[in-house]
Amino acid sequence: MNLTLKIWRQAGPEAPGEMVTYPVSDISEDMSFLEMLDVLNEQLNAKGEEPVAFDSDCREGICGMCSLMINGEAHGPEVTTTCQLHMRSFTDGDTITIEPWRAEAFPLVRDLIVDRSAFDRVIQAGGYVSVNTGAAPEANNLQVRKEKADRAFDTATCIGCGACVAACPNASGMLFLGAKITHLGELPQGQAERDARVVKMLSQHDAEDFGGCQNLGECAAACPKEIPLDVINQLNRDFMKAKR
Amino acid sequence: MAELIDDLYRLGDPIQDTKAPEGPIEDKWTAAKFDNKLVNPSNRRKLSVIIVGTGLAGASAAATLGEAGYHVKSFCYQDSPRRAHSIAAQGGINAAKNYNDDGDSVYRLFYDTVKGGDYRSREDNVYRLAEVANNIIDQCVAQGVPFARDYGGLLDNRSFGGVQVARTFYARGQTGQQLLIGAYQAMERQVGAGTVEQFTRHEMLEVIVVDGKARGIIARDMVTGEIETHLADAVVLASGGYGNVFFLSTNAMGCNVTATWRAHRKGAYFGNPCYTQIHPTCIPVSGDHQSKLTLMSESLRNDGRIWVPKNREDADKDPRDIPEEDRDYYLERIYPAFGNLVPRDIASRQAKYMCDDGRGVGPLVGDFRRGVYLDFASALSRMSREAIDEKYGNLFDMYQRITGEDPREVPMRIYPAVHYTMGGLWVDYDLETTIPGLYAVGEANFSDHGANRLGASSLMQCLSDGYFVLPNTIRNYLAQGPFEPVAPDAPEVREAEESVKSRIDTLLSINGERSVDSFHRELGHIMWEYCGMERTEEGLRKAIDLIRSLREEFWRNVRVLGTADTLNQSLEKAGRVADFLELGELMCIDALHRRESCGGHFRAESQTEDGEALRDDEHFLYVAAWEFAGEPSGAPGAPVLHKEDLIYKAIELKQRSYK
Ligand SMILES: Cc1cc2nc3c(=O)[nH]c(=O)nc-3n(C[C@H](O)[C@H](O)[C@H](O)COP(=O)(O)OP(=O)(O)OC[C@H]3O[C@@H](n4cnc5c(N)ncnc54)[C@H](O)[C@@H]3O)c2cc1C
Ligand code: SF4
Ligand code: FES
Repeated sequence: MNLTLKIWRQAGPEAPGEMVTYPVSDISEDMSFLEMLDVLNEQLNAKGEEPVAFDSDCREGICGMCSLMINGEAHGPEVTTTCQLHMRSFTDGDTITIEPWRAEAFPLVRDLIVDRSAFDRVIQAGGYVSVNTGAAPEANNLQVRKEKADRAFDTATCIGCGACVAACPNASGMLFLGAKITHLGELPQGQAERDARVVKMLSQHDAEDFGGCQNLGECAAACPKEIPLDVINQLNRDFMKAKR
Repeated sequence: MAELIDDLYRLGDPIQDTKAPEGPIEDKWTAAKFDNKLVNPSNRRKLSVIIVGTGLAGASAAATLGEAGYHVKSFCYQDSPRRAHSIAAQGGINAAKNYNDDGDSVYRLFYDTVKGGDYRSREDNVYRLAEVANNIIDQCVAQGVPFARDYGGLLDNRSFGGVQVARTFYARGQTGQQLLIGAYQAMERQVGAGTVEQFTRHEMLEVIVVDGKARGIIARDMVTGEIETHLADAVVLASGGYGNVFFLSTNAMGCNVTATWRAHRKGAYFGNPCYTQIHPTCIPVSGDHQSKLTLMSESLRNDGRIWVPKNREDADKDPRDIPEEDRDYYLERIYPAFGNLVPRDIASRQAKYMCDDGRGVGPLVGDFRRGVYLDFASALSRMSREAIDEKYGNLFDMYQRITGEDPREVPMRIYPAVHYTMGGLWVDYDLETTIPGLYAVGEANFSDHGANRLGASSLMQCLSDGYFVLPNTIRNYLAQGPFEPVAPDAPEVREAEESVKSRIDTLLSINGERSVDSFHRELGHIMWEYCGMERTEEGLRKAIDLIRSLREEFWRNVRVLGTADTLNQSLEKAGRVADFLELGELMCIDALHRRESCGGHFRAESQTEDGEALRDDEHFLYVAAWEFAGEPSGAPGAPVLHKEDLIYKAIELKQRSYK
């Protein structure tokens, strides 16, 4: 198929940016979206133009490195990551706009690449169980109800991609944060630090210029791992309790 | 030094001492922990350790050394430590907890790992691995890793290929992700506490060696392009495997050999570079555009039947229109006892033979069809759709997303793909390389898996190295401190920095005709054809010539656009491919010199009558540790082979058999 791509190009954080149009032809529907961009980049390189910078690593939907707003949707039209999106989701003749995540907390680095280190700092503030190596008791001394373990697992599958932030009109990071609060909060191992954790992580979240949550639900709709919106309720409940 | 063999390599002195303590194998690790010197807690702050890599091995090491109070600097090329390639591991992690009371023990885990590795690993290290594995599970559970549990709330186990006990702990099909997030969070806790400094989007490009000791690294800030010097008292490489030398593999796009290769060039021996694991069930290549391959869990072989058409003419027919009598269920035919469940290496090789015979299926890629059918039709007639979906639903969906075909309707197509590299930097019992103060952990080292790795044992090794082994062995080295400070403008530092800069300048100034990717693809093709599933003397010699001329062309004709002082992904790739072009040659030399078959290394000249790998213990019961020898121009010259004899005391050597 033949496509018209409109891609955000910006040489650096301070440089001006603009949408640039590129035609691509002979795209196979078996290609992944990122392989289609690989083809474009080979063409640009051959013409002596600098390739478009974009992030990816595992290309299996698990590392969270890839991003992209595709026609205004985070990770494009399917419920999956950009690297797992395939060209059969598009039709011959389509025009596709490709932009970076846009959020104050994720400053632009170059072209389609942004800086998501704010997420790391939110985890540093308390997204862990404090147990030094060697200090752990025998694993099976602890029983965990299967439903609890399953919910912990479901929310622990967050890949830290940032689509929730990009999709949110307020650029809030509450789905990401709620996922971590729920993962650790459901488990007995996470109880000792539960109150302190939510307070510290939320305060770091706010310090990073993420916006507030108005329960719009765009985040959960965009999340490739289908993290449920109710983790934000759990986060709010934990916070209220911690503040009491 | 002995004579030049076939013009390709020289024979050096054997390696005599691996630093393992004397005594019975069960007591060695306890003895080592006791004998290793201690570092006073108040001195630890003043000792610094650089760790390159934040996968399971690197993140667990950073967290643990940080907790102990050392000053740690951690590096990764991704934008967050949590994205290291370990995140993609699916199946699980082994430990001999024996929760099922099915006769498991430390000794059995040790035995299975040595046998699985086809008797090409070092007993002492593997025993320690098996011994430490149980602590890993305890540690991860305490961190909140959500392992699968049964309805009683206790931990659940599954069984994995090559063993007869259920000892694999898992978190659905995302075990690597959950373990890595556990290690990452432990590391971030130390970042918060100020003991670990984190450098993301930083690529290590050189080791700094002063007075024979590793004292730091040169890294490029991948955002600003700045070349930075980082000094420390010891350096740990946890930079993962080099499967991407084949271009297409199940590895992440950025996986590379640069960190370990740069260390190799500075004096660290490279162990068994030719040992590569090729996994039989991956989604096949669909066209020239393909950038990576995706693994489909081995468990599918429990219910799927593998076949190809009997007649070449049927290769592009709709498989559903090929009648039963025209199908060749070749594994069931050739191995009636094991059928579709033969070991990984055999399943992979037979698939290749079928495709070489012109009976492969799927799209033509070049003039070749690379694929065989994995058919669930008979399973679907036996079991309900729900039962099948319960077992394999998420894999089927993943397959469908990638290929657009539903395996419930059309047989799946699979083909072998490069998956893991058992080779890596040679290390002793302490995980120290041949450069004092330079350590290698995780997939980056050669230890523990011999010539073949069993499923679910890499995650075990990475976390064993990072949480439990390295922190105990490196203190023996650090206890020699405080070390003489290295001046930032010391000649060794300057030299390392200059060599990095001049390499980057050269890459940017060639301005040739071909893209980096086109060289990488061509190298991958050579490696796959001649140093892949089946290796021959003739093919390997040809590959060495081809790689040498490709490398020569690379440095003359590569086109890398842009500048050095900004984020430049072509430049990053170019540096990695340049190193792969040197590693590829060493892998072929290693494969050529090892005139036996063992584990994943299959030399066509060394097989039994029925096509099984035939080991030659008389001549090859050793680790091949290669020393770099450069030409005056800096290009690789004939490497020097040092043999470490493998001595089996706790286990009796046997020919592996699956009959
Ligand atoms: C699809 C797949 C499934 C798998 N499933 C299993 C399984 O079920 N069980 C199992 O036991 N094993 C499995 N494996 C193997 C296992 O995942 C890996 O061997 C293991 O995770 C490697 O971990 P590591 O810590 O050594 O390195 P990695 O996780 O590869 O991390 C490497 C780190 O080094 C950094 N790095 C590399 N080079 C540089 C450089 N030059 N400068 C700076 N940083 C650098 C990277 O940024 C990264 O942080 C699987 C592998 C694949 C591909
Ligand atoms: S919650 Fe979902 S969208 Fe947000 S970072 Fe996690 S996986 Fe991505
Ligand atoms: S590249 Fe890893 S999730 Fe897309």
